[in-house]
Amino acid sequence: MSDKTDITLIINGQSHAIRVESRRTLADAIREDCGQTGTHIGCEHGVCGACTVLVNGEPVRACLMFAQQADGKQIRTVEGLANGDEMHPMQRAFMENHGLQCGFCTPGFLMLAVGVLEREPDISDRDLVDVLSSNLCRCTGYQNIIKAVRAAAVEMRQS
Amino acid sequence: MTVHTKGSGTTWVGRSIRRLEDPALVTGRGRFTADMPATHWVRFVRSSVAAGTIENITAPERAGIVTAKDLAKLKPIRPMLSKFNYVAVGQPILADGVVRFTGESIAAVYAPSKDQAEDIADQVEVEISEGAPLIDAMDALAEGAPLVHADTKHNVIVEGRIATPGFEDVWKTAHKVLHVEARSHRQNATPMETRAGHAAYDGSTGRVTLTCTTQMPHLTRTAVCDILGIPESDLRVVAPDVGGGFGQKMSLAPEYVLLVWLARKLRSSVAWTEDRRENLIASFHSRDQHVQLEGAFDKSGKLLALRGDIVANIGAYSCFPTTCGVEPLMALAELPGPYDVRAYDCRSRGVMTNTCPMAPYRGVSRPVITFVLERLMDKAAAAFGIEPTELRRRNLIDKFPYTSATGLVFDDGSYKETMEMAIKAIDLDAFRKRQKIARDAGRYLGIGFATFSERTGYGSPAFAARGMEITPGFETVYLTIDPSGFVEARIGSSPHGQGLRTSLAQIIADEIGIDPEFIKVVHGDTDRSPYGWGTFASRSLVLSGGASLLAAQKIRAKLLKMASHFLEAAPEDITLQSGSAHVIGTDRSVTIASMARAAYHQTHIFKGEIEPGLTETGTYDPSGTFSNACHVAIVEVDIETGRVEMEKFLVVEDAGLIINPMIADGQVHGGVAQGIGNALLEEIIYDETGNILTSTLADFLPPTTHEIPEIELHHVETLTGNSITKAKGLGEGGAIGAPAAVISAINDALSPFGISIDEMPATPQRIRAALRSSGKLPSNGKLA
Amino acid sequence: MKPAPFTRHVPRTVDEVVSALAEFAPLDGRILAGGQSLVPIMAFRMARPAHLIDINEVEGLDRLAVDGDYLSIGARVRHGAFHKPVIDGPLGKLLAFVVSHIAHYPIRMRGTFCGSLAHADPASEWCLVAATLDASLVVKSVRGERIVPVTDFLEGIMSTSLAEDEFLAEARLPLLPDDTKFGFYEFSRRAGDFAMSAALVTYRLVDGVIADAHVGIGGAEDRARRILEAEDVLNGNAPSPDLFVAAGEAAANAIEPLEDIQTTAEYRCDLVRAVTRRALERSLL
Repeated sequence: MSDKTDITLIINGQSHAIRVESRRTLADAIREDCGQTGTHIGCEHGVCGACTVLVNGEPVRACLMFAQQADGKQIRTVEGLANGDEMHPMQRAFMENHGLQCGFCTPGFLMLAVGVLEREPDISDRDLVDVLSSNLCRCTGYQNIIKAVRAAAVEMRQS
Repeated sequence: MTVHTKGSGTTWVGRSIRRLEDPALVTGRGRFTADMPATHWVRFVRSSVAAGTIENITAPERAGIVTAKDLAKLKPIRPMLSKFNYVAVGQPILADGVVRFTGESIAAVYAPSKDQAEDIADQVEVEISEGAPLIDAMDALAEGAPLVHADTKHNVIVEGRIATPGFEDVWKTAHKVLHVEARSHRQNATPMETRAGHAAYDGSTGRVTLTCTTQMPHLTRTAVCDILGIPESDLRVVAPDVGGGFGQKMSLAPEYVLLVWLARKLRSSVAWTEDRRENLIASFHSRDQHVQLEGAFDKSGKLLALRGDIVANIGAYSCFPTTCGVEPLMALAELPGPYDVRAYDCRSRGVMTNTCPMAPYRGVSRPVITFVLERLMDKAAAAFGIEPTELRRRNLIDKFPYTSATGLVFDDGSYKETMEMAIKAIDLDAFRKRQKIARDAGRYLGIGFATFSERTGYGSPAFAARGMEITPGFETVYLTIDPSGFVEARIGSSPHGQGLRTSLAQIIADEIGIDPEFIKVVHGDTDRSPYGWGTFASRSLVLSGGASLLAAQKIRAKLLKMASHFLEAAPEDITLQSGSAHVIGTDRSVTIASMARAAYHQTHIFKGEIEPGLTETGTYDPSGTFSNACHVAIVEVDIETGRVEMEKFLVVEDAGLIINPMIADGQVHGGVAQGIGNALLEEIIYDETGNILTSTLADFLPPTTHEIPEIELHHVETLTGNSITKAKGLGEGGAIGAPAAVISAINDALSPFGISIDEMPATPQRIRAALRSSGKLPSNGKLA
Repeated sequence: MKPAPFTRHVPRTVDEVVSALAEFAPLDGRILAGGQSLVPIMAFRMARPAHLIDINEVEGLDRLAVDGDYLSIGARVRHGAFHKPVIDGPLGKLLAFVVSHIAHYPIRMRGTFCGSLAHADPASEWCLVAATLDASLVVKSVRGERIVPVTDFLEGIMSTSLAEDEFLAEARLPLLPDDTKFGFYEFSRRAGDFAMSAALVTYRLVDGVIADAHVGIGGAEDRARRILEAEDVLNGNAPSPDLFVAAGEAAANAIEPLEDIQTTAEYRCDLVRAVTRRALERSLL
C-alpha cells in the first residue's frame, strides 16, 4: 500500500521518525517501527490491556489507536519507567510482591497503574481494583498485582 | 533481597527471595518470540467450516502460498499409544483434501509484513463442499454417525476400562446409591501470549533455529525433525521468554513444522504470530466431557464402590506427544481421587468430533473429575443428612503408602489434616449461622469444600503405564562452576512463568555454598540444555529440582575434596557457605572462585587425584508424589439473575517442602483464579454448524480483578521420601480444586430449591434456568 | 488481525468534516472518533472502510458546556470527561455514576459519548442515557444541520437514522431539575463487559408521589428506549418495594427481548425485571 505518511513518535522522550500506513496501530508501530518490544500485544481487540501505554499521560490501548493519531504526542512505555538503573516504585513493588509470573501482561499493568496513579494519586483502594480490572493476567490470580499496586501507590503518594 | 524469611534463615530453601527472572520482565527487556524481526511473515488460511472436502484453492497471482500438495513428503502428526484400544489418526500439517474442524489450516501464505500476509490470505479463495459436522461427543458416539476420519471404524479412538474383581458383589451391599450426571463444557487455556514461531535458516550451516512459544523444546525438535525427515542436529529449538502456557503450548503446533519447512525452502527467516481469534478457535481446547458417576455407600456413609462412565470430546485429531488419551485416561486412573474406595468400575472413552483438538490444560481432566466426584460426595452428605466435610472425613485416605483401586500409590499426605485446618480457618460453624440469617433475609450464601490429590513430579514409569510410544519422565541437569567462579545450571525443563530459575538456584545454593544471584539457570535452548521433557504436569520443581540437587551434591563433594587439598583438612570438617569453603571452628577458608580457577587452570596441584573441570550431571526419574489440598469457596448467588459473587476463597495446600513460599503461593493463586474462571465464566461455544461463537475475549471470558476474591492460603508440609528435595509439585492444584469448591458452594447456597447444578461453567443463565425449573421461584423473585 | 488498508483524512474544522464526508462516504468512508468500537471490528476485518475521516483534531468538537436548559456534548468529548460530575446537580452525578460502567479506564480515555450513540450498540450505556433522558442529537452534513430526537435517531442494532453523508456533531441532554432522583443498574458477565440488561430511571417526588418518571432499558432489545408501561406504573404513586416490583414486571412484560446463544428470551426478561427494580431501589439510596 502506498498511503504511507511520515510521522514522529516521541517514545520516552526519544523521537522516532517513521513512515507508516494509516492502518498501522500504535502498538505495532511502537514494537516494529520503533523497536520498543516491551509493549506486548495480547488480543488486538482492546480487551486484554497488554499493550497499554501512556499517550500524553493517559493510559490507552495501543492496539485501538492508529500510529498516525499519536504523531508528535508524548508516549511512555515500560522501557521508560526506570530512571537509569533506578527502578520506578511500581516496578520494584511488582518484584517485591511477586506481581508477575510469565511477565507478558506486566508492561500493560505497570503502565496502567502508573498512568492512573499519576493522574489520580488519591484514588481509593476500591477504585484501584476497579481500574486494574481493565487488564487481564492469566498467571497471578491478581492477588499480588493488587498488593503491588497498593504498595507502590503509597510510595508514589509520598514522593 | 529477602522479602519474607521462613524457618531459621540459614538455608536458601524455604525463603521468599525475589525472583531472578523479574528485573528483565519489569523493564521491558524480556524477549518473547513475537519480538523478533523476520524476512517473511506467515498467515494461515483457516477453514471456515467444520467438516468438508476441499474442492479448490485459488490464490492471487504471484502470492507466496503453501498448500498440502507442497508438503507431500512430510509425515503427518501421528502420536501413538500401545494400549487402550487406541486407533492412530494422522494430522496433516495443512489440511489435505479434507477439513475436520473450523480453524484448521488449509494454506499458509507469506509476505514481507504481517499486514500484507493477511491481505493476501484474505484473497485466497477456498471452495469446500460441506459435510455434516459432529460437534457433541454424544452425537459422535451414536450408531451410524459419520466418521471424522474415514479410515477408522468408529469415532471412539481410545477406550479404557478398569474393573476391580468382585465389583458387583460389593455394589449389591450398598445402603445408598447416589448418582451424578455431569457436563464439563469446552475451555481454552488462554495464555496471555498467544502462540508464535520464528524459523531462521543459517546459510553457512544449513541449520534452522526455531524460536517458539513451546513448553517442550526438545520434543518439539524431535517431532519437527521426524516429520520433515531431517537430522535433529539440523534444528535448534529455542523457547525464549514464554508468556504462559498452561498446557496449551505443550502439544506440537503443526504451524511450527510449516515454519521450519518454509525457512528451509526460502533459505530465510519466516515468522508467525498467532492472533487471539486463532488462539481461541484453533489452538488447543480441553475439558469437554460428559461424566456419569455412581457411588455406593454403606450405612455409615463410607464409600464402598464407584462406577463411572466418561466420554471426552477429543476433537478432530490426537495431540502430540500425549495423544488424545490424556484426558480420558487421566480421568480413568484418577477418578477415585483421595477417597478410600476398593471397588471400582469405570469406562472412559475419547471420541473424535469436528472440533478443535483437545490437549492438556492445567489439571488435565482432574478439574472435571474432582468436580464430579465432589458433587457425588455432597449429594451423599445430603442424603445422609450430615455436613459434606463429615462425609469426607469418613472417606479420606489416611494411611500411607496407600495403593488405590486403580493401582496408584499415594505417598505421605495430609488429606484429613488439610481439611480440618480449612474447616477451622474458614470457621464453618460461624458460616452456617451467618448463612441461616442471610437465608431468612432472602440472600443465598453457600460454602463448598473440595478435597483432592494432585499427582505430581512423575517420571517415566507413570507415563509408561499409559503405553505411550514417547514416554516422558526423567530430567537432567548439567551443573558447571566456570573458571570465573560463576555457576551455570543447564536444565531440560522449560519454565515459562513458574520462577523455576530462582527455585533451582535456591536448591543448588544450599549445596554448593554459593548465593543464588551467582547461579544462572539456563533453559529453553536445545543447543544449550540437556535433552529433557520441558515444563508441564507439575513436574519441573520435583524433577529438575531433584536433578539439580544430585548434580549439586556431586559438585559439593568435589569442592570439599579440593578444599581439603587447599586447607589441609578432612572434607567432613569443611563447610561451604557464602562462596567459600571453611574449616569448621577455625578461620581457615578458601574461596570457591579460586578453587574453580584451579579446577581448570591449576589442575597439576591436585596430582591427578581430582579430575579437571567442575561440571557434573544429575539425572532424576522418580515414581512420582501426590500433593494434596483442601479448597473452600464462599459464594453468594443472586437468585433473580443467577449471578454468583465470590466472597472468599481459602486453600490449605500440602506440596511437601516449600522451596520459595512466595513463588508457591503465586502458583496456587493463579491456579485458583483459572479454576474460578473455569467454574463460572469460561466456555468455548460451537453452534450446530461447528462455527465458534466465542472467538474474542469479549465472548470467552477469563476473570478480571473483580471476579477473583481474596484467596487465603495455608500450607502443610508433609515430607515425602518420593522426592529427594522433599518438594512436591503444585502448579496444577489450584485449578484442580477450585471448580469443585465453587460449584459445591453454589449448590450449597441453592439447597433450599432442591436443584443440582452439575454443569461447568455454572453460568448465570444455567443457574437461573435451574432455579426456574425448581418451581420454587415466585414471580417477584422472592422465595415462597 | 490487522485492519485492511484505508485512507485517513484529518479535517480541522466541522466544514472540512462534512465536505470530506460528502466526498468519501459514498466511497465507503466513515467517521473515526474514539475508535474503541470501530478499530476492533476493523481488526477482525468485519468492517473494512476505505476511508476514515478522523475527527480527533477538529476544533470545537471537544466542547462540553451548558447551553440554556441542556448539556451540550461535542463529538470529541470522551467518556473519561464524565468521571467527575461535569455540572452541579443530578445530571452531572448521574453521568458520573453511569460512566464507571462503560468498559474500562483506558477505553474511557479514548471512546466518545457521541461515538457510542452513532455506533448504536444496543448495550451502550450512553444510548440508554440518551434514550432515557430524551436527548436531542445535532446531525450535520454539507446539506446543513438537523436536530433529531433520540427516538428517531436509534433505529436498531448498530443502526441509526444518520444519512451516509451525516455525522453526529453534538448530543444535547436536558438538564434535570435539582430534585430529580435517579438510579442505574447494569447486569454483565464481568466488570466492564457489555450489558446484558441495564436500567436507568429518573423521577421527581411531588408531595411524596412519583412524577415525571423516565424508565429506560438498554441491552435487552435492539435499541435502548423508554418503557412507558413501567413509567405508568410509577407515576402518581409513592415509592415502595411493591411498586418497584410492579414496575420491573411491567418493563419485563413490555420488551421484545433479544435472544442469543447464551440468553433466552425468558432469561432476558428475568434480567430486565431485576435491573429495573434494582435501579429504582438505588434511586432511594
